[in-house]
Amino acid sequence: MDDFSSLMTGFQVALSWHNVGFMVIGVVLGIIVGVLPGLGGPNGVAILLPLTFGMDPTSAIILLSSIYWGALFGGAITSILFNIPGEAWSVATTFDGYPMAVQGKAAEALTAAFTASFIGALSGVILITFVAPLVASFALRFGPAEFFAVFLLTFCSFIGMGRENRAKILASLCIGFLLAAVGLDSISGDLRMTFGSTELMRGFDFLVVVIGLFGVSEILLTVEEGLVFKGKQAKIDLKVVLRTWAGLPRYWATLLRSAIVGMWMGVTPGGAIAASFMGYGLAKRFSRQPDSFGKGNIEGVLAPETAAHAAGTSALLPMLALGIPGSATAAVLLGGLLVWGLQPGPLLFVEQKQFVWGLIASMYLGNLAGLVIVLATVPLFAAIMRIPFSYVAPVILIVCAIGAYTISNSIFDIWLMLGFGLVGYVFKKLDYPLAPLVLALVLGDRAEDSFRQALLGSGGSLKVFAANGLVTTLVGLALLLLLWGPVMDGVGALRRRGQPVAAKAAE
Amino acid sequence: MKQHWLAFSTLLTVSALLAGVAPAAAWEPTKAIEIVVPFSAGGASDQMARTIQGIIQKNQLTTQPIIVVNKPAAGGAEGMLDIQKSAGDPHKLITTSSGIFMTPMATKLPLNWQDYTPVAMMAQDSFLLWVNAKSPYKTAADFMAAAKAAPAPLKIGGTSSKREDNLLVFGMEKSGGVKFAYIPYTSGGQASTQLSGNHVDANTNNPAEDLANWRGGATRPLCVFAEQKMAYSEKVADGLSWADIPTCASQGLNVSYQMLRGMFMPGKVTKEQQAFYVELFKKVSQNAEWKDYLARNALVPDYRDGDAFVQFLKLDEDKHAKLMSDAGFMAK
Amino acid sequence: MSGASDSQVSHSQIPRGLSRRPVEITTALLLIALGLLVLYDSYGRGAGWDNGPQNGFFPARVGWIFLAASLFILVQSFRTENRVFVTYEQLGQVARVFAPLVLFVALVQPLGLYVAAGIFIIVFMSIVATSRWWAIGLTAVLVPLACFWVFELQFRVPLPKGPLEALLGY
Repeated sequence: MDDFSSLMTGFQVALSWHNVGFMVIGVVLGIIVGVLPGLGGPNGVAILLPLTFGMDPTSAIILLSSIYWGALFGGAITSILFNIPGEAWSVATTFDGYPMAVQGKAAEALTAAFTASFIGALSGVILITFVAPLVASFALRFGPAEFFAVFLLTFCSFIGMGRENRAKILASLCIGFLLAAVGLDSISGDLRMTFGSTELMRGFDFLVVVIGLFGVSEILLTVEEGLVFKGKQAKIDLKVVLRTWAGLPRYWATLLRSAIVGMWMGVTPGGAIAASFMGYGLAKRFSRQPDSFGKGNIEGVLAPETAAHAAGTSALLPMLALGIPGSATAAVLLGGLLVWGLQPGPLLFVEQKQFVWGLIASMYLGNLAGLVIVLATVPLFAAIMRIPFSYVAPVILIVCAIGAYTISNSIFDIWLMLGFGLVGYVFKKLDYPLAPLVLALVLGDRAEDSFRQALLGSGGSLKVFAANGLVTTLVGLALLLLLWGPVMDGVGALRRRGQPVAAKAAE
Repeated sequence: MKQHWLAFSTLLTVSALLAGVAPAAAWEPTKAIEIVVPFSAGGASDQMARTIQGIIQKNQLTTQPIIVVNKPAAGGAEGMLDIQKSAGDPHKLITTSSGIFMTPMATKLPLNWQDYTPVAMMAQDSFLLWVNAKSPYKTAADFMAAAKAAPAPLKIGGTSSKREDNLLVFGMEKSGGVKFAYIPYTSGGQASTQLSGNHVDANTNNPAEDLANWRGGATRPLCVFAEQKMAYSEKVADGLSWADIPTCASQGLNVSYQMLRGMFMPGKVTKEQQAFYVELFKKVSQNAEWKDYLARNALVPDYRDGDAFVQFLKLDEDKHAKLMSDAGFMAK
Repeated sequence: MSGASDSQVSHSQIPRGLSRRPVEITTALLLIALGLLVLYDSYGRGAGWDNGPQNGFFPARVGWIFLAASLFILVQSFRTENRVFVTYEQLGQVARVFAPLVLFVALVQPLGLYVAAGIFIIVFMSIVATSRWWAIGLTAVLVPLACFWVFELQFRVPLPKGPLEALLGY
């Protein structure tokens, strides 16, 4: 239990007065940064990085990682209140979080999201604490073929069960893939589908598309019904927190499943985005009432949040142990480590013991501080829903525009956001599902890259996807999940009507 | 009135000329300075920009803060286009590598370094041939022989397509008369991890990109793609220093290649503005922390500004144009 | 979801509006055009298999599937029940929000984001017409100022600025 005593020393370091102070400042700043889509976690960390040069490395990394936790918590707030995900991993949170807010249960949804984040992050930290070296070496087993299999598994767990119009699911999925392919193809080094435009060369940034498709279109849909917010009648008091907590133990299976999915995806490193979608997909798959998802089921908030945060936290493990950053924010943190002369990599745990364990201890404390702070703000944020629409709507739209602009300092992106707002409005009214589009947009090019990397290595032979136990299992599992829904439908239909259907469903 | 004004401004000009020893006094930034990094956060260019940011701010070399902005899309073309659009803006800088020639060549984008204002070259970066620590190869010759004998092409990982690593692998193929499967990853860090997981047989990373895994006993260098060995003789790992690594040419693999790392400003800035930044980066290049950074990442110290830098760029551009067209990487 | 509210509406009176079928058909046609564009681009760059997939391989395959799905949607759309897609009254409401928004984005380039935001708030709030003039004015000044303070001064995120900011020295 050498590690355990190291952790205790770490707590002593992290619990000094000034470090706790930095933690609180960091979390509050992080929430602000997470709520405003124009800032985002990486920005917040990058801007404050220079301020920390005068501190000792442990305090500095505590401050910066607390911003990271705060931003993770903050991302859920706009997703739930306005259907605007601030970060890619909070997209899945909007699916049920926003309907809950519309039904006047914003406070419940926020409490559920924050608590789930905390549970997820805590599972991730526990993983890092106890099995760090073992797990880090597992990540090395992931080559291109294995990465592709992980993405395939994510797609299949999410898409397979769709019961909406299948042609529209497919069309939506294809649009996502095609949007993701625009820009520079990293495998061949050529530009694709830019038609000579330098604006399209950057490709479609995920956030621009999502702010338009989800945020702007939702405001347009809202005004159809009249110029007021839905869910105004939300009742707010701190008892909501306790009531929501009392209901949580019922969902232990969802929480556990999502935590495991998240930790696994964080380490492998499939990433928090894939984890959130997979967590949501599996929760729906195993639910007794899958049809209640997307209409304000609290499990639809708990599952993606737990998974995303378990993954986001576990992803710090490969960063520390192998030097590969799991996210943009982690990459900036990594840059910070280097500025202080700390070289992430296999030797960090040996050479910089005090620093590593101080950081791990601060993960426990930072998340706890984060939870307390965000829960205290639940009434505040839920109260935003009571401000008259004519005041809040323009502010939301302005913040959306700022968010779209800051991604690459381009006014063209604000126009794109507007365009996708219209697309989202029409698609929602025509019952095209938007989730497959977003999933394919986020993971499409990564899946394609790893597929082609794998084939470059194998000389074009598809056998590489069944080359070892790990990749074969993953691919098999993916196919099973994909076919489960249609096969079950087909079997059911056969029983009922005695005639075959669902031929095209295999697509 | 007018006469007075004229006299006054003449006086100013004269005093500016007299003060030529310290041209930094002529112009000072009036708002935050933005350093655009045309690569993603955490990469070698990003680390350099953030190190410079740290040195400038810690030593208070400017009165204004420095902000590092990553614009990695389209192989760095996003950042380069941004600088092109900001002509005349003296509060913007861009870190560059050989990509400043190669991205326009490979994509046919309307970009040219002649449209920017060269400030200073900070260093050159070397490339090494790395293999998994457990692999049997002891020299580059072993590796090339194995590549010849192997039934399927050996896999070499690198960063991006039609860029430095890809050119090197092409050079190896030409020199050894063998075929490799080049696998492009998104970063050198990823190429290093994939090598330590044995998913590729070798990579051609910069020293910094594989340093952690070398020290951790997962990968090791075979040779350096340069005319001379590196200069740093402090022990790094396995009882070896960077200077102990033989050149590839000495092992029969006659390929050498180095990459510049420098700073540019947008076009159409004034001489005084350029002079301010030249002075600033000269100070950075003489800083002790900068020297530590160079040593830690085994960069070749090679500070140049003014004409020396422009001459270097011209030669380097011609060299790349030849390499790129030989390899067939030029956009059609 | 939307189906339920639509049928409710059609039961009460017969509200005039855009019907669903032409919207479905137009959308499907646009998707088909998009699919063709993708195929044109992908085959232009090479969509074959040259020691592994070429760079147009994936977009082309996805393009074919996409084209098939869109054609299927087109056929389907002729068979859908022709309900009201959106009433003219609703469309008017949407336009009242969307038009100022377009104005806002168009003004960002010449006037800078902060001034454009102020104008947007004034136009938006007067169209929606429930607020007093002083409340509108106050919001139109305070919100851009708050944004300026947060983004420009505190976090140093540079946003588009126009002549007014230049006059003030930013």
